Amino acid sequence: MKRRFSIDRFLAQRLGVSLITLVALLTVIPIIGVFGYIIAKGAPAISWEFLTAMPRDGMRAGGILPAIVGTFYLTLGTAVFSVPLGIAAAIYLAEYAQENWLTRLIRIAIINLAGIPSVVYGLFGLGLFVLFLKFGTSILAASLTLSIMTLPVIISAAEEALRAVPQSFRTVSISLGGTRWQTIRKIVLPQALPGIMTGVILGLERAAGETAPILFTGAAFFLPRLPGSPLDATMALPYHLFVISTQVPDMPIQIQYGTALVLIIFVLGMNLIATVIRSRARAKRQW
Amino acid sequence: MVDKIVIQNLSLQYADGTESLRDISLSIPSNAITVLFGPAGGGKSSLLRCLNRLNDLTEVRAASGKILLDGENILDPKTDVIALRRRVGMVFARPVVLPMSIRGNMVYGLELAGEKRRFKLDEAVERGLKLAALWDEVQDRLDDPAITLSGGQQQRLCLARVLANQPEVILLDEPTSGLDPISTGKVETALQELKKNYTIILVPHSVQQAARTADFAAFFLQGELVEAAEGKEIFTHPKQKRTEDYVEGRFG
Amino acid sequence: MDKSLNWRETIITAVVKTCGYSAIVFVILIFFFLLREGVPALAEVKLGDLLTARWYPIENHFGILPLLTGSLIVTVGAMLIAIPFGIGTAVFLSEIAPRWMREILKPLVEILGGLPSVVLGFLGILVLSPFLRVFLDLPTGLTALAGALLLGGIAVPTTVSIAEDALDAVPLSYREGALALGATKWQTIWRVTLPAARSGVLTALMLGIGRTIGETMAVMMVTGNAPVLAVRLTSIFSPVRTLTATIAAEMGEVANGSTHYHVLFFIGLVLFLISLAVNITASSVVFKSKKRAERVLS
Repeated sequence: MKRRFSIDRFLAQRLGVSLITLVALLTVIPIIGVFGYIIAKGAPAISWEFLTAMPRDGMRAGGILPAIVGTFYLTLGTAVFSVPLGIAAAIYLAEYAQENWLTRLIRIAIINLAGIPSVVYGLFGLGLFVLFLKFGTSILAASLTLSIMTLPVIISAAEEALRAVPQSFRTVSISLGGTRWQTIRKIVLPQALPGIMTGVILGLERAAGETAPILFTGAAFFLPRLPGSPLDATMALPYHLFVISTQVPDMPIQIQYGTALVLIIFVLGMNLIATVIRSRARAKRQW
Repeated sequence: MVDKIVIQNLSLQYADGTESLRDISLSIPSNAITVLFGPAGGGKSSLLRCLNRLNDLTEVRAASGKILLDGENILDPKTDVIALRRRVGMVFARPVVLPMSIRGNMVYGLELAGEKRRFKLDEAVERGLKLAALWDEVQDRLDDPAITLSGGQQQRLCLARVLANQPEVILLDEPTSGLDPISTGKVETALQELKKNYTIILVPHSVQQAARTADFAAFFLQGELVEAAEGKEIFTHPKQKRTEDYVEGRFG
Repeated sequence: MDKSLNWRETIITAVVKTCGYSAIVFVILIFFFLLREGVPALAEVKLGDLLTARWYPIENHFGILPLLTGSLIVTVGAMLIAIPFGIGTAVFLSEIAPRWMREILKPLVEILGGLPSVVLGFLGILVLSPFLRVFLDLPTGLTALAGALLLGGIAVPTTVSIAEDALDAVPLSYREGALALGATKWQTIWRVTLPAARSGVLTALMLGIGRTIGETMAVMMVTGNAPVLAVRLTSIFSPVRTLTATIAAEMGEVANGSTHYHVLFFIGLVLFLISLAVNITASSVVFKSKKRAERVLS
């Protein structure tokens, strides 16, 4: 009887491990497939002209420069609003706030902001920035909308980076006659900066790839010129990809894949930068 | 000998109301080493942290009593705690070097105070490191990260860092508890030199260290000040039985 | 010098505090605006009419039931995929794969998580739905199934990432203890490690669900956008329309202030409240299981 028991267990083990490995393979292979496919189909479209020229023939030829520039502006705009606000809020949570009901409420609010569907942000942006504040469909309205959406990501990452700095540094600084802000400015913030930057870049990476929040707040499909001011509407890579793949007849497949590839490279490039910052900081750490 | 610090009827409490120290009255003379010793939980560290108002960061508050530094009560809410912490410096049990160079650590306190003049800063670096008996070992590598120093050197750097601020009182909370005997000896020798110009209050990590270094000593047991006397007296002829039991090693 | 230091300290503290409260302000602001533009819908369209099964705004039919079922079927389908694949892959990475494999695969999975959903929708149109159409012999590949598959693919990276972190955080001593008692690796995983990581894994699932409910572009591109009630099991092979896709697709064409406009905002309000409910449930679930764990360990 003992014999049979141990065979069953090990058989179960082998079956189980095989099953799990199969599941993992089924997850990982499509991921590699997705990238490989887009790279293979999109690479032929990438050329200097594609990246730097304006589109022609109703977007069916030429380049996608305005979309690239537009995404760049939107990312910049998002950074301008969300980064200072997010870091300051994180400093409050990590260095000033006490554990009471108000702090708990703030944390719940952050979790909720993170969970709101992106299209609802678009609605909100439309209601507040485009209509109520009369900014119109503009880079400004879209950036503000994207900023609020990016805020929870930045706050979470920044707070974690600040908390990772050892408490003993703060104690020493205070004991040498430092104020709380001096301690933050001279020690805590500089030490947390790599972690904060990683979080910021990952947050901005998400903002760069979002379509729904900019649908009614700033994105336009066909603009003859590059945007001249924050109150202009703009083209943007994700929105461009959406329209050319669903609403434009006779759109050359190659341009579609090319656009998708450019968007992926933009987003993954940011990811790469964030990863490099993170590992270099870990190596240089003095604690 | 003038009393630098006078503690009058001090009682300390944790946030939940439990007592840490009960009705302590103690005079601390200047230009001497006063040792606060006793088994763990006696309230010595809490008392030390009150002397530079570092208890503001923790949950320990003074329920009643006064602490007079040169005659002025530092527990008064109107006290300028920033200035106080420059006058009363602290060295902690584990060496905590700031994540910067040796020079950066040394000038940190002065930079907090707004000192920018290069010659003043350089002067303070050399002075502090010499007083802590570390200058010879690091004078050629002041720009190296402080974390590259050995444990004993780091702790002496912490002492030097405090000295750069030109304090009047130096508090040391078990400063040699993680150090090897040679480093411990260097620290104790430095303290003997320093006491000529500073008031030193030390919480030792062993009775033996207390006996080696104390000019004056106070024995704390579970929040109560049992006995305070000159160093020679308290370790050879303690008046209280509890003190004697602890010094003899019968408990602790 | 000390006086000006005091002034700066006070101002900076005030600024930081204000920024800290900003998250609450924004949530309230969003809720307020959704209410402001969405509640008029209730005045213009009777609640009973909203809950009918016919969504045809041109003729003033605003029944949102088909949209609700559309969202539901796609979300449930996505979770049916994301849960086994997400947790399975997390278990593989954390417990079975050798270290070097994990170092390569984990970032790969995370990169998929960073992929914009519009790219996945794009591939869905060009690759997935033709494949489904041919493979399953359907009239069109733009179905709830396509949506569920894509959403599952979107939810998996989030789930894997967080669940793997949770499993990794389980102390080595737990596993060693079980193995020392004679358990096989497989038994250890199922009876010791996974239960110990329960709260983290649940969080991972909740966050996956949250991402699924809120997804807009990918579903809009592949689910066919037909607001048809989806209640039968075979509905998964038909086109559907989700709440999110409805807003995205129709908002651009409505007149400002019209009934249609208000109803779309009302749908947005419903989505906001659903995600609120999911998040509050998620945090209380995590909170509760943590407390249970603390009691067990003490």
